[in-house]
Amino acid sequence: MKTIPEELEVYWQQLDCGFPRVAEVFADCMQEALVRLSGEGVGAYIEYARFLGKMGRGAEPILIFLEEWPGIAKKSGEDALPAIAECIRRMYKSPNGKAITPFLQSLPSVVRRLPARQQLQEYLNLILEFMERTTGSIHGIHQTFASPGLPALFKQIAPLLAQLSLAGLKSWVDYGVRYYSDHPERQIDYFSLQSADSRAVLQRERHGTLLMDNERKLDLYLRGLWQDEDLLIPYSNMFDELRQPVPYYDNLGIRLPDVYNDMHGISGIDRYRATLAHMVGHRRWSTAIFADNFSPFQRMAAEFLEDSRVEYLVMREYPGLRRLFMALHPAPAEDACDPETESGVRHRLTMLSRAILDPQHIYKNTHVIEFAQRFHTLMQESDMNTQEIASLAVSFVARTRRQGDQLAKTHFKDTVVSYRDDNRQMWHFIEEDDEGEVVDQHRKMEPNKDLEGLPPRHYHEWDYNNQSYRPDWVSVYEALHPRGNAADIDKLLAKHASLAKRLKKMLDLLKPQDKVRIRYQEEGSELDLDVALRSLIDFKGGSSPDPRINMSHKTSGRNIAVMVLLDLSQSLNEMAAGSNQSILELSQEAVSLLAWAIEKLGDPFAIAGFHSNTRHDVRYMHIKGFSENWNDEVKGRLAAMEASYSTRMGAAMRHASHYLEKQQADKKLMLILTDGEPADIDSKDGRILIEDAHQAVKELDRKGIYSYCINLDPKADEYVKDIFGKQYSIIDKVAQLPEKLPQLFISLTK
Amino acid sequence: MTDKDQYKIHQEPFYQAQGNEVTLYEAAYAARLPVMVKGPTGCGKSRFIEYMAWKLNKPLITVACNEDMTASDLVGRYLLDANGTRWLDGPLTMAARIGAICYLDEIVEARQDTTVVIHPLTDHRRTLPLDKKGELIQAHPDFQLVISYNPGYQSLLKDLKQSTKQRFTALDFDYPTSKLETEILSKETGMDAEICAKLVKIGVAARNLKGHGLDEGVSTRLLVYAATLIKGGVEPRDACRMALVRPITDDADIRDTLDHAIDAVFA
Repeated sequence: MKTIPEELEVYWQQLDCGFPRVAEVFADCMQEALVRLSGEGVGAYIEYARFLGKMGRGAEPILIFLEEWPGIAKKSGEDALPAIAECIRRMYKSPNGKAITPFLQSLPSVVRRLPARQQLQEYLNLILEFMERTTGSIHGIHQTFASPGLPALFKQIAPLLAQLSLAGLKSWVDYGVRYYSDHPERQIDYFSLQSADSRAVLQRERHGTLLMDNERKLDLYLRGLWQDEDLLIPYSNMFDELRQPVPYYDNLGIRLPDVYNDMHGISGIDRYRATLAHMVGHRRWSTAIFADNFSPFQRMAAEFLEDSRVEYLVMREYPGLRRLFMALHPAPAEDACDPETESGVRHRLTMLSRAILDPQHIYKNTHVIEFAQRFHTLMQESDMNTQEIASLAVSFVARTRRQGDQLAKTHFKDTVVSYRDDNRQMWHFIEEDDEGEVVDQHRKMEPNKDLEGLPPRHYHEWDYNNQSYRPDWVSVYEALHPRGNAADIDKLLAKHASLAKRLKKMLDLLKPQDKVRIRYQEEGSELDLDVALRSLIDFKGGSSPDPRINMSHKTSGRNIAVMVLLDLSQSLNEMAAGSNQSILELSQEAVSLLAWAIEKLGDPFAIAGFHSNTRHDVRYMHIKGFSENWNDEVKGRLAAMEASYSTRMGAAMRHASHYLEKQQADKKLMLILTDGEPADIDSKDGRILIEDAHQAVKELDRKGIYSYCINLDPKADEYVKDIFGKQYSIIDKVAQLPEKLPQLFISLTK
Repeated sequence: MTDKDQYKIHQEPFYQAQGNEVTLYEAAYAARLPVMVKGPTGCGKSRFIEYMAWKLNKPLITVACNEDMTASDLVGRYLLDANGTRWLDGPLTMAARIGAICYLDEIVEARQDTTVVIHPLTDHRRTLPLDKKGELIQAHPDFQLVISYNPGYQSLLKDLKQSTKQRFTALDFDYPTSKLETEILSKETGMDAEICAKLVKIGVAARNLKGHGLDEGVSTRLLVYAATLIKGGVEPRDACRMALVRPITDDADIRDTLDHAIDAVFA
């Protein structure tokens, strides 16, 4: 055991700690504490460390505290201790004792991100509230289960705070607590950033300019200013703290970070533009050269100079880019790198690159000045090419070579130019090595056996609790409905022949009343007698007559597109009251008649059915598309209609609307035929799906789609109004459905 | 008799030929063949016709076509006055009588049944029957019919009938090359060539976006406006925003991109 120096003996006594590992580091920690903390602070430090040591959680907490506290106190003040102590005390008193160690471990990085006391306090409150809400209890009195997410959260807190503001963190945490408070495994997944929605919500809350939101702008930028186009593919730089990915492009597209924060007064969008401009420069002016003949330093130098060259050319095209490059390009201090202890190659090259970019640079290094000069002279003579740049680079490396360059430790500070790509397109390799992406090119697509349906589409779902969407919550799978016997439908139609005859009469009345009279025409097909008489009177009276005495006609047709959406959930299999048919059969008849009627009217229409088995599997069955005719194939699908599972209405409506939306029609109508309220087995709160369906109705409305619900549930009054407002009918006697449905449609579109 | 002189163009309009269109037009006029000029808006179609009228020293009667225009707006109509009725020649009739070049601008904007009245004037007959008046006008030997249309932005419904199209010889216009456009700008407005080149660069950037949210690129006419504003002392960036960006788009993304282009060009 290490002995405690005499002058620290008194503190050691106070600490009263028996852990040998503590004794080992005590002297060092104490020395730091004595330098950094006030007299009172040292007292509190020892006292609190003593408490941690006696807490019965092993040596970890006290060790971390002893080592980290002086640093933390320096940043957020010694008076932060009571608040932190209170937080730990609450953990200690609850079943969450295990979280104390991760909490202490995460504190230094938290304090680095949240130096203000106020912020720290808010953070601690957030943690306590989180703990409170996720710690489980069986009988509602004593908390008995530890919060599963708490340790996971502490492990992720550093990257989280790097991406999110405190408010953003709050809503991210809130989301996780709300949806996973009763599901420990999922909760851990969420708070350790493993689950997809965790990342999605994080993406939504983070600060900075998101690529996702600005893709179109950047596409336009490439196309408009550079006559270039490519796929912009985002990559995330938030999970890789050590090795930050760098933008690059290959034959699949241009890879950019998914978010840029403002930097040195340059907005995120302009940083994207600078990055794109740089890459376009390479795409236009760089040609790949063989790398094998160059040493690593020579290659690095060639890359720096080539970057400078394309920027020179890019700025010649658009001088305004200079402002962006100048602000974003680091300007390393000339004496920042000590050549005795670290390799200065990057440092020198960055200085050279800066000197080339910035004519007002203040570097005194003769090589830097000379080569910047040479670069400009050469560029003025010709644009040079990559090969020529490489030879300039080689001579720069040769002239500035120093002993220290071979040192393992490289000076990196201020040498990374954030808008430059990794220059992978600049090199050919004669010998293939791990740098080439050869493996990818030979990869074969595995034949996919499961190609029957379309890949899923994801839709948001509305959560009324916090008035926001759950991102990409529902997966909708669309597939063709299996075929049955088309003759069945014809039989059904024949059965309702008399009803069809009545409908036909109504339809004839509805047929396009095409002719519309346009009055007050100077030239037209007929004389408009009223106006003509008036003109004549004016004329006889000596005042100038109105010459527009004719009228003409113009045709205006019906222009309605209809989407019929059928609820095919399990409950349809029940027998309809007062009938010997199931609701499904009646719906089938009704829809057949309706389809027949719409076909007669000539309106474009589509039919689809849906049911759901949790949010991961909403099935959308295509029965008839807008471009299909009402033929045997469609009738066959309708005949094979089956009912099962539950009713997740909102997602189905959103999916249906994306077809209807594309129809060219003045009026768009979505008819939803259902027999009950929206529900699904993974949704405990029945209200959520009702509110979501209501939200879907509002979305449809915004797209110019009129939705109308035909409900077969006699008790529907309780909820249908909440979803569809006034746009619904309830059909109490299901047996009448075949008759009512077409009539309803006709009156809706009159 | 109508005063022929008022339709004459007395001062030479500035026109920079892009190719051999002047010679071609002269040949067409020599044979009195009807001419159709096609091209995007503001690329110099009307200016070209004006210039040709001046060069050939012929009167020019221009009609801007629109949806509400009827055949009688072209041919003429009876007006009521205190003593009964009075016939008033329409612009087409007038041009046929006095031997002018009749220029129907944006012909597709007029309804298709209206445009049919020009048919007899455009073939070998060169006559214009005024059925209401019971007169058959034999066109003056100098008379020529010219129409313009912009095939770009109109809807499917607005296209010329084949029977109309096939009565014309056609000249295709487009925005001039950057070099030529710079010259045009600086000659038209007297701005120095450097600024004109910058303006053209922004124009080209905007034209690249056609079809991606822009129906039409920035026209030469708008570039001239911008140059005029700059000459009048307006700060170049403001002038460009006002003359080049704001008129052509309400799309925030496009506006942003073009604003950035302006900043990038005027450093």
